[in-house]
Amino acid sequence: MNKVVSDADEATRDIEDGMTLMLGGFGMCGIPEKSILALVKKGVKNLTCISNNAGVDEFGIGLLLHKHQVKKMISSYVGENAEFERQLLTGELDVELIPQGTLATRCMAAGYGMPAIFTRAGIGTEVAEGKEIRNFNGKDYLMELAFDADFAIVKAWKGDRLGNLVYRSTARNFNPVMAMAGKITIAEVEELVEPGELDPDNIHTPGIYVHRIFKGENYEKRIEQRTVRKRDI
Amino acid sequence: MLDKTGIAKRIAKEIKDGYYVNLGIGIPTLVANYIPDDVDVILQSENGLLGMGPFPFEGEEDADTINAGKQTITKLPGSAVFDSAMSFGMIRAKKVNLTILGAMEVSENGDIANWKIPGKMVKGMGGAMDLVASADNIIVAMQHINKAGESKLLPKCTLPLTGINCVKKIVTELAVLDVLPGGGFKLLERAPGISVEEIIKATAGKLIIEGDIPEMVI
Repeated sequence: MNKVVSDADEATRDIEDGMTLMLGGFGMCGIPEKSILALVKKGVKNLTCISNNAGVDEFGIGLLLHKHQVKKMISSYVGENAEFERQLLTGELDVELIPQGTLATRCMAAGYGMPAIFTRAGIGTEVAEGKEIRNFNGKDYLMELAFDADFAIVKAWKGDRLGNLVYRSTARNFNPVMAMAGKITIAEVEELVEPGELDPDNIHTPGIYVHRIFKGENYEKRIEQRTVRKRDI
Repeated sequence: MLDKTGIAKRIAKEIKDGYYVNLGIGIPTLVANYIPDDVDVILQSENGLLGMGPFPFEGEEDADTINAGKQTITKLPGSAVFDSAMSFGMIRAKKVNLTILGAMEVSENGDIANWKIPGKMVKGMGGAMDLVASADNIIVAMQHINKAGESKLLPKCTLPLTGINCVKKIVTELAVLDVLPGGGFKLLERAPGISVEEIIKATAGKLIIEGDIPEMVI
């Protein structure tokens, strides 16, 4: 078994106009930056993107927005992106804002083979409009459906050619649950290793969920808010 | 009257030894700086970290290690990293003892609005709706009145809601107040130099005042 493809272009070769994509990452942290660049180059349009954030103006999903490749964003927080706000206010872009935990758990449900989840998040707010409410033990819960995505695209630290993945620090975020949720899952990694090099006890995403894997070169890993403290002298 | 630091310092006194705490963006983030040394708490960041530490020293920033405000941070010894679904799982399952967050409006029955201003601000709710829907112990850190001079403690929120019947306590530049289960803001403490009359004037919602209101000790 060999899931290795040569690069982002090959990994994304059959992503077509109008498809629904999940893209891992939180802010700029742990985003599949090489695959996003390949999608920009490829020029696919009318995409529905499920991702916690929408990138910044010049990086991440922001690059797809600039080229008007995105029809709809499903996200929890889309600040820090002027082009996004402009397209939203002019109606060029359709946006569904959903609670962050609901977003993560709708991915998880897809990866666990469950059609829906029930959550308190959004009860009594506009998020609940038009959704089924069920009462359990005296409390109301919203029914939220598992996502149905054509592709999930994730970024990991290390992976092997069987698709086993390990993430690094908080760059893990949405990547494992999205990896589980795609009909086809593409993983881009900083280090591609041979089977056996990753400790089976420390695999974050088992390879069964991953269909294609490639090594990305020269990750930019942009920092959105560089905050530091001074050393005591 | 308290400044932002004062609000953070007063809220820090609400944090008990052994708590797991989630701090929102803004004033809540400052609270971490004023937790007493003898109070052992673990900070949860909803992007997937328990054991959040201070900002890194210059030159030691790690793009892979950020908090929910996307700021570079450090991990303390004993910290744990997990994915977003587990992060909100522990929030939903009430493992996080205290949530501190900002607000644009709070109503006298504990409703909170802090994510959207129709036609103006469309940034999204992030994790706020999950946090307020699940946490048993929610403290709001905010200004008592907005920039237009209007009270933010209202009979009913006017902005789109983030959650209902959830806020338990509010700390503002003027006062500490509990939101009573049956409705109403119960005045507990006055900020230094602030009179009860000033708090009455700044509070549009039902204000409950019983006996002498002490000045807060920070």
